Amino acid sequence: MPTVSFLTAEGEFLPSESAEEFVPYLDRLSEDDYRRFYRDMAVMRRFDTEAANLQRQGQLALWVPSHGQEAAQVGSAYAARPQDHIFPSYREHVVGMIRGLDVVDILRLLRGATMGGWKPEEHGNFHLYTLVLAAQTLHATGYAMGMQFDGQTATGNPDTDEAVIVYFGDGASSQGDANEALVFAASYQTPQVFFLQNNHWAISVPVSRQSRTPLYQRASGFGIPGTQIDGNDVLASFAVTAKSLDDARAGRGPALIEALTYRIGAHTTADDPTKYRDAEDLAYWVARDPIIRFRRYLTDLGVGGDFFTSVDEEAADFASDVRRRALEIRGPGRSVIFDNVYAEPHPLIEEQKAWLDRYEASFEGEEA
Amino acid sequence: MSEATPSAQNVHNLPMAKAITAGLRQAMIDDPKVLLMGEDIGPLGGVFRVTEGLFAEFGPRRVLDTPLAESGIVGTAIGLALRGYRPVCEIQFDGFVFPAFDQITTQLSRMRNRHEGGVIMPVVIRIPYGGHIGSIEHHQESPEAYFAHTPGLRVVSPSNSHDAYWMMQDAIASDDPVIFLEPKSRYWPKGEVHFGQNGIALHASRVVHPGKDVTVVGHGAMVSVLLQAAGIAAGEGIGVEVVDLRSLSPLDFGPILDSVQKTGRLVVAQEASGFASVGSEIAATIAEKAFYSLEAPVLRVSGFDTPFPPAAVETHFLPSPDRVLEAVDRVLAY
Repeated sequence: MPTVSFLTAEGEFLPSESAEEFVPYLDRLSEDDYRRFYRDMAVMRRFDTEAANLQRQGQLALWVPSHGQEAAQVGSAYAARPQDHIFPSYREHVVGMIRGLDVVDILRLLRGATMGGWKPEEHGNFHLYTLVLAAQTLHATGYAMGMQFDGQTATGNPDTDEAVIVYFGDGASSQGDANEALVFAASYQTPQVFFLQNNHWAISVPVSRQSRTPLYQRASGFGIPGTQIDGNDVLASFAVTAKSLDDARAGRGPALIEALTYRIGAHTTADDPTKYRDAEDLAYWVARDPIIRFRRYLTDLGVGGDFFTSVDEEAADFASDVRRRALEIRGPGRSVIFDNVYAEPHPLIEEQKAWLDRYEASFEGEEA
Repeated sequence: MSEATPSAQNVHNLPMAKAITAGLRQAMIDDPKVLLMGEDIGPLGGVFRVTEGLFAEFGPRRVLDTPLAESGIVGTAIGLALRGYRPVCEIQFDGFVFPAFDQITTQLSRMRNRHEGGVIMPVVIRIPYGGHIGSIEHHQESPEAYFAHTPGLRVVSPSNSHDAYWMMQDAIASDDPVIFLEPKSRYWPKGEVHFGQNGIALHASRVVHPGKDVTVVGHGAMVSVLLQAAGIAAGEGIGVEVVDLRSLSPLDFGPILDSVQKTGRLVVAQEASGFASVGSEIAATIAEKAFYSLEAPVLRVSGFDTPFPPAAVETHFLPSPDRVLEAVDRVLAY
């Protein structure tokens, strides 16, 4: 099955043959939605740059760029309905934003102020980042099993029936947990979409080391449908995810989407991609940039230059606001070491907390 | 199952395996969010028949025969707990918990902490553990130290049927993840279960045999070995006080300290290897907190720091009443 795409790299609307069955899903989108897609992708890219700068200036321990993957993330995020649950990996910043998360909360995690950062139930069911690769795929599957047991899915009402989307990557696809999650999902026919962003690199190791077969083809081995999409085409990402999620919520079981995209930046700010990949490879993908192509498409639709100018201004304002508020993030008090390890009383933890309080108090009145 | 139906005045003589079945059943009756998950736990009732009858009574939505993947079992249990369920996972044998070790230690144990207290993680991991059953590799192990060392987990192990019945229900009712270690060599000896009366908290240790000369402590199957040793010692005029730990994390040092302050001597016994073990922790803590009460160094009687051996030589590996009494003699020599 050829890759599903609607937009060419030049931004021309030329659906692939494989895209035909997904065309009706584009009817759900208005021009306002298109503008929103563009705006979110552009704002997120500017945010990404700002966050990397903050790390370089010593204000974040680490940054995890999403540059290049904006279309895969924005399209799939808009395909989810409010009642759906999102289990991210750790690079899906714009998905969080679309679900109502203040992205500064992500920076709390990367500034070392928290191990989590937000309450999923207050931010569009966007669950916490998971740093052990693929561990979240099983949590997502278990959560989707719970939806089934609760009878909150497959009732025939797409406005209330729930589904889960879980994000992972080409590197994580090699993990046992990803494969076990696919086994469980197929076995229980969970209402769940596995959204695999194939950004071609697991830090320094190319996807060819992870798989000899296109990753979407693995789905058939688990007995679930797999679809490969042009992950830099926001319309393909939206339409295919919308269909897969709605199939899932209607009781037609799980699906896997492989979004072909590219990590334009480093894995994290601790990485140096010039050591392991060549400029030609990068240039090939830069020419397929998801934002530039969508801008061309919108321009062809008649969206004027003032819209793009206003988005650029909004992105700059957004970034400076993020910078200001990131610098205001303060660490929690030391009691956070102890407070949430257990839900119920634990004498050892209480003893150690009291000891630390006494120890710290013993320095009171001394010169700093 | 009818013999295990609880009522306030009921006292039944049950093997521990069936006491656990009764505890699971009662928890499932009390709370519809309680689910059982594991390999072969459905129509078969588990390889030790601990879930026998529960699939027939509660159906496949409450008793899940899962795919054969331990990380998958625990990982999906975490998702179910996030959804509001209280999953009880059966790991088929001690040596098979390690495929789930990552989910237990990096996810389950930390999920509440990561959420800044915003979620609870009421997941019970049942693990039949320990030797004395003459089985093959990975079927006789005692992995408790790994879990006791992991912040965020609770670790308990009953030594008798009554405790097993109540501790299972208490573990399921806990809002924290509990590693529930079932001493498989004690599955079949019968003991009284008082259905109407628990009488002791999940994480309390307790004296199960009084004595004035030496304190010995242990958990799970080791408790019956310690009681045998105490009986032999009594015949020789030596009073051995036996403390059943019941909980390994948190550890209830109160009854151990009280006992050591009386006897001045402590022997810690366990099937697990001794190096960096629960026994080591007890020895260190008692040396710190009861230094002036001690008349002798704290001694450990443990499995050796080797893999669990072939069954033909397991009696040389496992602490026996005689091995315990050898240590008792040594502490009395001071």
